[in-house]
Amino acid sequence: MFNSNFSRRNFIGLTAGAAGAAALAACGSSGPSDKGGSDSGSKSGSASYWSLSGEPGEPIRQAAIDRFNKANADTKITPTFFQNDAYKQKIKTAIGAGQAPTLIWGWGGGGLKSYVDANQVVDLTDWLGQNAAVKDKILPSSFGAGTVNGKVYALPVETVQPIVLYYNKKVFDKVGVQPPQSYSDILALIPKFNAKGIAPFSLAGQSRWTNMMWLEFMLDRQAGSEVFDNVFAGKAGSWSDPQVLEMLTKVQDLVKGNAFIKGFSSITADSNADQALLYTGKAAMMVHGSWSYGIQKADGGSFVKDGGLGWMNFPPIDGGKGDPSNTVGNPGQYLSISSKASAADQETAKKFFSTTLVDDDEKAGWVKSGGVPVLKNSDSLFTGDDAQFLKDMSTIASGAKTFAQSWDQALSPTAAETLLDNIAKLFQLQVTPQQWVDNMNGVIGK
Amino acid sequence: MTTLAPPAVRVQEPTTAKSGRSGSVVWMAIPALLMFIAFGIIPLLGVIALSFTTWDGIGDIHPSGLTSWTAALKDPGLPHAIWVTFEIMILSWLVQTPISIMIGVFLAATKKYRGFLAVLYFVPLLLSSAAISITYKALLDPNFGLGAGFGVEWLKQDWLGDSTLAMGVLIFVVSWQYIPFHSLIYQGAVRQIPTSMYEASMIDGAGRIRQFFSITLPQIKYTIITSSTLMVVGSLTFFDLIYVLTGGGPGDSTRALALEMYQKGFMANLMGPASCIAVILVLSGVVLAQLLRRLGGRGDESMQEGV
Repeated sequence: MFNSNFSRRNFIGLTAGAAGAAALAACGSSGPSDKGGSDSGSKSGSASYWSLSGEPGEPIRQAAIDRFNKANADTKITPTFFQNDAYKQKIKTAIGAGQAPTLIWGWGGGGLKSYVDANQVVDLTDWLGQNAAVKDKILPSSFGAGTVNGKVYALPVETVQPIVLYYNKKVFDKVGVQPPQSYSDILALIPKFNAKGIAPFSLAGQSRWTNMMWLEFMLDRQAGSEVFDNVFAGKAGSWSDPQVLEMLTKVQDLVKGNAFIKGFSSITADSNADQALLYTGKAAMMVHGSWSYGIQKADGGSFVKDGGLGWMNFPPIDGGKGDPSNTVGNPGQYLSISSKASAADQETAKKFFSTTLVDDDEKAGWVKSGGVPVLKNSDSLFTGDDAQFLKDMSTIASGAKTFAQSWDQALSPTAAETLLDNIAKLFQLQVTPQQWVDNMNGVIGK
Repeated sequence: MTTLAPPAVRVQEPTTAKSGRSGSVVWMAIPALLMFIAFGIIPLLGVIALSFTTWDGIGDIHPSGLTSWTAALKDPGLPHAIWVTFEIMILSWLVQTPISIMIGVFLAATKKYRGFLAVLYFVPLLLSSAAISITYKALLDPNFGLGAGFGVEWLKQDWLGDSTLAMGVLIFVVSWQYIPFHSLIYQGAVRQIPTSMYEASMIDGAGRIRQFFSITLPQIKYTIITSSTLMVVGSLTFFDLIYVLTGGGPGDSTRALALEMYQKGFMANLMGPASCIAVILVLSGVVLAQLLRRLGGRGDESMQEGV
């Protein structure tokens, strides 16, 4: 189902809590999806749109394009869908060769910055200023990862995806324990599950970014959101905080204490084996993105339907500095316009942005797929089996004091690769916490 | 394979290109030469040029002298990757060569059931590395793989998550894939050995084992060198298999040069240092191939002296 196309998250310190909550609560004008300000009518443009293949995203994207093409007979958007990993290579190569599609789909953050640095994407700041109606329909907290040097280069689209702690209620009942309220509860649960032959945590360690989700929460709860904000801002030596060492030591203690399933380094997220471990009851808990809910619902038989799956925000660490409301994940997915596209094509793309991508069908489509849209006022659409989950995700996303973008997306590709490499080694006990800090300080700002 | 020494007599080159079939045939090399230049030499020169630049694969290419080289050579990942590459090379050679020779010799005999076996043995050769890797990965999954499926406890290892085991699995899969190919080469070589040699040795009272070591092995010496060259140079370029099977992990335990190059270039967007690694890879390949050629002698002695 979701595969790893949704599993790319980002991390920018966004102190958007209050704003986000207010935005969600405020009822914006739910007028019809009328055209935005820019009306260049007569000229016909044809835009190409590259994005990811696979359920549930592809049909929703295709439907949006079909709606747009139907409503605008003189213009045409042509989509091409790629698999997640193939897409990442393909888009980079195409942009480097000056052959980019008109609409560039991405995850924002560091990757977007590399396009901006190469002058490959259009600055949307002024356009959004003129089309305030479009901007007002989207959650403000989602704009952060699409903003580079104070300017917006990508429109947030699709869904908000916080990372949460999932647990198997049946397994908790069987062992006779309660879901953890704090990190010390987690530590107390580990031996209890191990004694029953159940892995405390499922983890797809080979995929590396799965381990990273742990570090993101552990760092936030232990040291607060400032450490990564500084890293992101490129301040030298940002990792050299004693709290970071403390956090890394805790992570290695978890590994040594068999908190993660035996053989976690052999497991990949692509095959969704980590999620299978949770719904088959071989593991009790798992830290994963909100997209995992849809996967477990589709693959886990009646597990989700029977109320077997529980979820919560990652619990606080006793004595830690982080705000327990903070979360990590994808504040959205992002669409940019290629600066190499013709003026007419760019107009078509902007029209697509201001009409179809913010209309009610778009919103309903993503809600139906089990996601929380980046568009405001989605709460009323949360009905049926998934209502509780969607409400909770929406609450976590909007209630977070800091909704941080996943590290590997926030950082430049160069720094992200070093980060993932060192995280894998940390979980493998191939580097000490101090070596980890030194290695990571070495790529700050690169 | 090596060729026998050319005849010492130098034939007078005809002076006119017209004179029948002995006319100049240099032009026949042109198609192959063009292909080689277009897809071998030019990209190689491009990579060498890129290694003296800074480029993220998206923006402009900036010439930067030796910056990329110093960055690549200073990186502690490079010696590690070279070490891993040689580890894979040596271990896979040690595993593949004896088994390939034995299977090759076994299959060389003209018996019907062996022909059938030969067909079976060659099946892995038909599969792509990526397919093989995905299959093994699924089979070796500690929770849903072979061990869990059959309830065999010793199969439930952390096959790809433990450094030593992961390297072992990698060597095994490489061998499983390529032994059929090398067996095929050895089978052909063994069939080339004149039966008169075996008959003569039998008269002298040599047994099977003695025949193998005194006739078969020396007679396929050049084949061993050919096959070893293919294995050694081929192991430099193992990429798809490792990429899919372990992704270079756990940590960096199986990150060979080719993988290091890919990660530097296409994941970390450092095309300069990645090109440096590519140049190092090419040089290692050339040097190793030359060394193996030397090992085989100058190629001017006959394998069948005294026959």
